[in-house]
Amino acid sequence: MTSSKSAAADGGNTTYTSKLHVPSASSRPGEIPDFSDLQLPAAGLTRKPDHDCDAAQTQDLATGLVRVLNDEGQAEGAWQPELSAEQLVQGLRHMAHVRAYDDRMFRMQRQGQLSFYMKATGEEAVAVAQAMALSTDDMLFPTYRQQGLLFVRGRSVVDMMCHCISNARDNCKGRQMPVFYSWKEGNFFSISGNLSTQYSQAVGWAMASAYKGEDHIASAWVGDGSTAESDVHNAMLFASTYRAPVILNVVNNQWAISTPQSFAAAGTTFAARGSGYNIPGIRVDGNDFLAVHAVTQWAAERARRGLGPTLIEHLTYRVAGHSTSDNPDAYRSETESDAWPLGDPIERLKQHLIDLGAWSEEQQTTLERELKESVTSDWKEALSYGSLEDGPHWPVSTMFEDVFKHMPAYLRRQRQQLEG
Amino acid sequence: MTTTATMTMVQAINSALDCTMGSDPSVLVMGQDVGYFGGVFRCTEGLYSKYGAHRALDTPIAEGGIVATAIGMGVNGLRPVVEMQFADYIYPAIDQIISELARLRHRSGGEYFAPVTIRAPCGGGIRGGQTHSQSPEGIFTHVCGLKTVMPSNPYDAKGLLISAIEDDDPVMFFEPKRIYNGPFYGHGSGNTPGASSWAGHAAGQVPEGHYRIPLGKAATVREGQKVTVLAYGTMVHVAEAAISACGVDAELIDLRTLLPLDIEAIAASVNKTGRCVIIHEATRTSGYGAELMSEVQESCFWNLRAPIERVTGWDTPYPHAFEWEYFPSQQRIIDAIARTLTFD
Repeated sequence: MTSSKSAAADGGNTTYTSKLHVPSASSRPGEIPDFSDLQLPAAGLTRKPDHDCDAAQTQDLATGLVRVLNDEGQAEGAWQPELSAEQLVQGLRHMAHVRAYDDRMFRMQRQGQLSFYMKATGEEAVAVAQAMALSTDDMLFPTYRQQGLLFVRGRSVVDMMCHCISNARDNCKGRQMPVFYSWKEGNFFSISGNLSTQYSQAVGWAMASAYKGEDHIASAWVGDGSTAESDVHNAMLFASTYRAPVILNVVNNQWAISTPQSFAAAGTTFAARGSGYNIPGIRVDGNDFLAVHAVTQWAAERARRGLGPTLIEHLTYRVAGHSTSDNPDAYRSETESDAWPLGDPIERLKQHLIDLGAWSEEQQTTLERELKESVTSDWKEALSYGSLEDGPHWPVSTMFEDVFKHMPAYLRRQRQQLEG
Repeated sequence: MTTTATMTMVQAINSALDCTMGSDPSVLVMGQDVGYFGGVFRCTEGLYSKYGAHRALDTPIAEGGIVATAIGMGVNGLRPVVEMQFADYIYPAIDQIISELARLRHRSGGEYFAPVTIRAPCGGGIRGGQTHSQSPEGIFTHVCGLKTVMPSNPYDAKGLLISAIEDDDPVMFFEPKRIYNGPFYGHGSGNTPGASSWAGHAAGQVPEGHYRIPLGKAATVREGQKVTVLAYGTMVHVAEAAISACGVDAELIDLRTLLPLDIEAIAASVNKTGRCVIIHEATRTSGYGAELMSEVQESCFWNLRAPIERVTGWDTPYPHAFEWEYFPSQQRIIDAIARTLTFD
């Protein structure tokens, strides 16, 4: 027989004293949030390596933190990007736009107009600064929390909303859940509901770009929790082996639904994971618009010069729940987002612009009001093309299209059955 | 003597986990968000506070890793109950399930086995789109060495899950999430003959203690003479409503376990009625209904009076906007029953 123990064999009388290590969370409800493990160097201290460095030369960056904005909103150090005040204001506008959009869509879900929604609150700088640092020809393989990419690339907000309510103007033809956008014209890949699957696909896209001798690069994102999937290993190994022109981003927003990042981080940083694959890794203050922009530009330059992939960990915080389906107060302290030591990305860029004399609190108030009005007006227009419950939707028979390029006879028969 | 309580399917599953964990320290639950949070559908609620973080084990988001480590634990004397957050997320684990878990006993000449149960919420009806609505049971019934179960109510869910956990073979345990919190008879203005909540349904009365429902045994939900309707999961309730609406004297069989299949019960019924309608939510081509048709044809050919009918999901990904056109409706079932009755 076997050595395996069954309940029947021992009558269930055995008891075990577990020596297993199970990681803990930064806080659970009723606890005081603890981010004391985070070592946060002051802004401006982190050096900027040469583009042709290897992983061994970024060890300190992979476990350290690139920060440009100090607590007073001033930019410091070697990583300051060359951005005009106008560009910074544009970045601020995009981030505020994302937040206004998220707030509107979240409330519409609560009113039953959407089946589901996911906010990016607190981590808007990642997608917005990165999209601004990339070329519009570069290909984006996002997760569901990089809606900021679409705003920078100029996607119509009405069209985004139409997708989220699956109406007759939804470019995904009513087939996908909300927020799983696709926008080929903007080089924005179709988002899958499955986690990290597209991370390694981005590497393949980049390999094709190199194969064809082109200069376009790919950028891919996963969350801290999703780094656990084997696709992430595949992505890093292939990217390193073929020196693919790709930027591999890990958005470490501390939480995977209710599971803290400690279940995936293995007691070190995510950027440090590049070392074993000989991929330079950099950890960046993800709530620092300037730092995210600079690090992305550095990684893009490496990729474009044929020097291979870069792994960027964005240290940030998911202020909202994972989605409209969970209440974060059930699994973490209600005060945890206030305790997050890297602040709010919009607030920090605003302070920087005010410090530069290029912005004011009054302008910020006006901007936020205008954006709120803008998304309200966009929402009304989107609804005029149809609602989730009442339509109009795409014709039902279109569900049989695009399963294949040409519809086989058996699907035509099924379509006829459906149409009666 | 055991007392009963009114339970939803979520509570019944929770109770099955509690009963087995309480009596056997080798049983643990593991998966994404199953520990502190109690699972996204709440099936493991309270187990963390009662049994601790080691036995209500949160895991990294790596389905292949979860199943692989569960196999290793099972080989080393534990009895892991894995929760896949959605059945749609099972595919990264499929090599571990098909090539490893299912075949371990056979390839080692019976030396090793891993008594792993994999629970997975499946099916549509919650606006989950293509990645939160699938019914992949037919993929697993095609694999040698896996038992595959799908309950349709709280009472069965608890008894079947206890049997699955205590079984020394691996079991795929699919939970139709549309009926987690109440029976569902289909969308729209169709007939709703039964209770609207599990509290009002006979199968919502669940013993609080330990009991088993054997794997491999179907249940006759409704006796009848004219046609046999085979269903499982949510479709049992839709079929029951359709039969009630059309007034046909149909016999409704809830398969409960897909593999091993209770072909004896099915054949006895079809040999009596001479007609058979098969219903499932999963896509049609190479779906489990095809296997059922073959089994029925092989066992009942000389008594069949009409071609066997199938009502299934369409052969497309599950569309977000067209959920109710996709989900098999009462009307489609009524039409299929009517077609079998046109043959004398």
